[in-house]
Amino acid sequence: MTAVLRVQDVVAGYGEVEILHGVSIAVSEAEIVAVIGPNGAGKSTLLKAIFGLVSVRGGRVELVGRDVTNIAPDRIVQSGMSYVPQTENVFPSLTINENLEMGAYVRRDGLRDRLERVYDLFPDIAPRRAERAGRLSGGQRQMLALARALMLDPKVLLLDEPSASLSPKMVDSIFEKIGDINRGGTAILLVEQNAKEALSFASRAYVLAMGENRFEGEAKEMLDNEEVGKLYLGA
Amino acid sequence: MSVFAGRLTDALATAQDRFRGVGDQLILAALWLFFLVFGTWAILTETDAFAVGVVTGSILALGAIGLTLIYGILKFAHFAHGDSMMLAAYVAFFALTGKVVGERTDVELPWSLNDLPGATSSIPWPGEGEFSFGYGLLLALLVAVVAAVALFILLDRLVYRPLRRRGSGIVIFAIAFLGIALAMRSLMLMLWGASPRLYVPGIRPTTDLPFDVRIVTDQIFIFFAALVLAALLYLLLFRTKLGKAMRAMSDNPDLALVAGINTEQVVTWTWAIGGALVAAAGVMLALQAQLKPELGFVLLLPLFAATILGGIGSPQGAFLGGMIVGITQEVAVAQDLLDISPGYKFSVAFVILILILLLRPRGLFGVKT
Amino acid sequence: MKPDRLITPLAFAAVTAAIIIMPAERSRDFDSVISFLVTFGTSVAIFSLLVLGLNVQWGYTGIFNFGVMAFFLVGAFTAAIITKGPAETEFVQYVGGFGEDLNLIPFLDSDQWLPFLVGILGAAVFCGVLAFLVSIPALRLREDYLAIVTIGIAELLRRVAIEESGLVNGTRGLPGIPRPLGDLVAPGDYKFVIFGIAVVILILVFIAVERGIRSPWGRVLRAVREDEMTTAASGKNVFAFKAQGFVLGAVVMGIGGAIFSYQRGAISPENFNHFFGTFIFWAMLIVGGSGNNKGAILGAYVVWGFWRITILLQAYDLPVFLETRIFFIRDFAIGALIVGFLLLRPKGLLPEVRRVSIWVDRLRRSMPAEAESADPHAPAG
Repeated sequence: MTAVLRVQDVVAGYGEVEILHGVSIAVSEAEIVAVIGPNGAGKSTLLKAIFGLVSVRGGRVELVGRDVTNIAPDRIVQSGMSYVPQTENVFPSLTINENLEMGAYVRRDGLRDRLERVYDLFPDIAPRRAERAGRLSGGQRQMLALARALMLDPKVLLLDEPSASLSPKMVDSIFEKIGDINRGGTAILLVEQNAKEALSFASRAYVLAMGENRFEGEAKEMLDNEEVGKLYLGA
Repeated sequence: MSVFAGRLTDALATAQDRFRGVGDQLILAALWLFFLVFGTWAILTETDAFAVGVVTGSILALGAIGLTLIYGILKFAHFAHGDSMMLAAYVAFFALTGKVVGERTDVELPWSLNDLPGATSSIPWPGEGEFSFGYGLLLALLVAVVAAVALFILLDRLVYRPLRRRGSGIVIFAIAFLGIALAMRSLMLMLWGASPRLYVPGIRPTTDLPFDVRIVTDQIFIFFAALVLAALLYLLLFRTKLGKAMRAMSDNPDLALVAGINTEQVVTWTWAIGGALVAAAGVMLALQAQLKPELGFVLLLPLFAATILGGIGSPQGAFLGGMIVGITQEVAVAQDLLDISPGYKFSVAFVILILILLLRPRGLFGVKT
Repeated sequence: MKPDRLITPLAFAAVTAAIIIMPAERSRDFDSVISFLVTFGTSVAIFSLLVLGLNVQWGYTGIFNFGVMAFFLVGAFTAAIITKGPAETEFVQYVGGFGEDLNLIPFLDSDQWLPFLVGILGAAVFCGVLAFLVSIPALRLREDYLAIVTIGIAELLRRVAIEESGLVNGTRGLPGIPRPLGDLVAPGDYKFVIFGIAVVILILVFIAVERGIRSPWGRVLRAVREDEMTTAASGKNVFAFKAQGFVLGAVVMGIGGAIFSYQRGAISPENFNHFFGTFIFWAMLIVGGSGNNKGAILGAYVVWGFWRITILLQAYDLPVFLETRIFFIRDFAIGALIVGFLLLRPKGLLPEVRRVSIWVDRLRRSMPAEAESADPHAPAG
């Protein structure tokens, strides 16, 4: 299988503080990969570095064989990768329709078709398309954020803790939705605090600690791995 | 037990939210009611002052439309707004007459827009009467628009973008605007001197309106210019992709970047459109009053009052806010109930500003942030 | 020394050289050069007080006051009407006029100093009370709203001074403000006395402000400036501290206004406008370095020096084209100076020294090896 996203020895951080000291991961086509690890391991920074939001000082990021290291987010979106931040991931004063339109900002064509396709995938928010996003509940906002990221039919979707601050029931339906998206052919790279949930859902996983790779492997195996369990799953 | 306590706090919080919502709605309703009653009273008893207020209001509305765009989208309290308006008005003056101050007296360029055939002959007003200006002024307005757009984009590149990259707070920007406002005003004084100037010298034609109101015909033009520009800005913000991206950026610039919006480009567009609005407002201000370098800063407080009253980022709010502030100012110093000296005209705007900041900081049409 | 560090001594040297050489060249007379320098120094001391006040508010507490003029004006007029005798003629009307009643200890020549002390005190108290009243609604506002509101308050107060002609004599202004210690010397030498008074008061205020800022109280102020939320979370009443910082700054500004009216001998609301009453002090603070009291004084020196130099330039044989515009060019340059400093030297000529407390300073002094550990270029909050 070819890797749609390949991250090689990425070094990144904020100001003078270096957070990632050479992290490498790879995501193959239509795969679900989870990145887990303790607080402050650099999981969110990794996603931001991949997406050009935090400048990469060393190493490289490749998207379908193309070097996208330190490229502006609008061009990354055009190249087929989308990103859903953990919080504040919708535009509250815009309508749902407008939120989705913003997801397709970089493209001029086919807005109507894209909207219909995304509304088909998220029937819950479809009837409320003229409402302001600020009025949605937490779970619906998360759905809208996912929908926005899918407007351009990306090859890879980066998700930063999609289950954070949601009720357990909502978490299940979000993961179910992510599964649907993945079955549509989109590779998913997801960062999770809730490691057990993530491992039972993903096909492969990386464990990050102190800004470095610690483990990697099949998610199922990792669930059974004693050391990972002890350190990160609270088993 | 803890579940119950949790539910109870939730219920209380919801009730509180709802109550706050109700209180908010009540204040809003009270404000609208007050403005309606006051407006009706003013029309009936102080008709002339009301008419003057509508004219002042049109000027404030024009200025506030540009201010609300810059303030709403870029989150900058643009303290150089009044001075930019005046500077653009002078650019139009220069294009129209070709005049600048030389060593001591005016020197004139060999050619200016006024030299175009028929450029100074008055444009007729479709109703009755004519405007004071010919198509030359409209061309001069165009020149001012181009100049203001260029200046704003240049300032963004040279000053605001480096500050933005450094992550400067709104206070640093406010101080920068202050420095720029000062530089702009000195530039006007350098080039055109301190004495007032006019686009078209002489007495300006008037028009009779119903209810024995006679106004300068130009003022009708100014009123409609404000109305049309407010409508156009509304359409831009709510009907075009660029406008939606502007609002998205105003909501959350980081998320806008993530969604794939080229935020630097949107910032440039915002300054460009803001510049065009500033030029239009400045030329109308100078047409209504006169060209005078200090006039820009004097307008600043009423402009901010109008913008905040209407709700920052709302074009219809800017129009209405401008009207309310303009009318209140004029009627307040004209009425006999309270003895208010005309010298306090601009202080009225300040009182409105304070009240709105205390009662409803997001204004009449503002979105809760 | 890094070339970057040369800017401050160079700016200081350039201004100093110009204000000595230019008048000397014009008059070729030692006395008039001294006279010029003393008057210049008095103005710098007075403006330093206003910039110090602004530094307490913005540099240390992070309160965005765009209405310095309000306190400048109130301080100046309060001192004037306290010190003057009662209003007598129909054309001069104002409240107050306690000057002659304040000669309470005649055998100590109290008419020469007591009314002026009371005037300064009155200016400080009035400005403090005004600042407190303003702070109640204003300090809870967002900082951009606060800026607009403070501009509005300054404008309103100036309007009141103009319109309410019985208050401080309206646009006719207040002439004949008595001079503190005026009988001590011949009128021609009085400039030395007022210079001495201004400098002594500046030194006293400077010491008081430095003490305050380095105290635990000052530490909380800076904490409020950096991060209100965290400060509030650690149990400090943020609003109270902001109000105290705002009031203290206003008090200092009021004292500056009082000395200003004593130096001028006559003031009118026309003397105060947003440019001369507010923006120039912002320019001084930005140029000098906000968060550094010495920087505030250096800023006042450099900017006021620049101001005087442009006036001195008029004596030279300039082309008419420049001569008629010299003040506009100066104002343009001050505007450009503000923007230039924000862009190229945002910390000013004398950047803030990040200091925890005097105790840490003493510790550092006893352990010279670690003295350089404080990073003066740490990003501001």
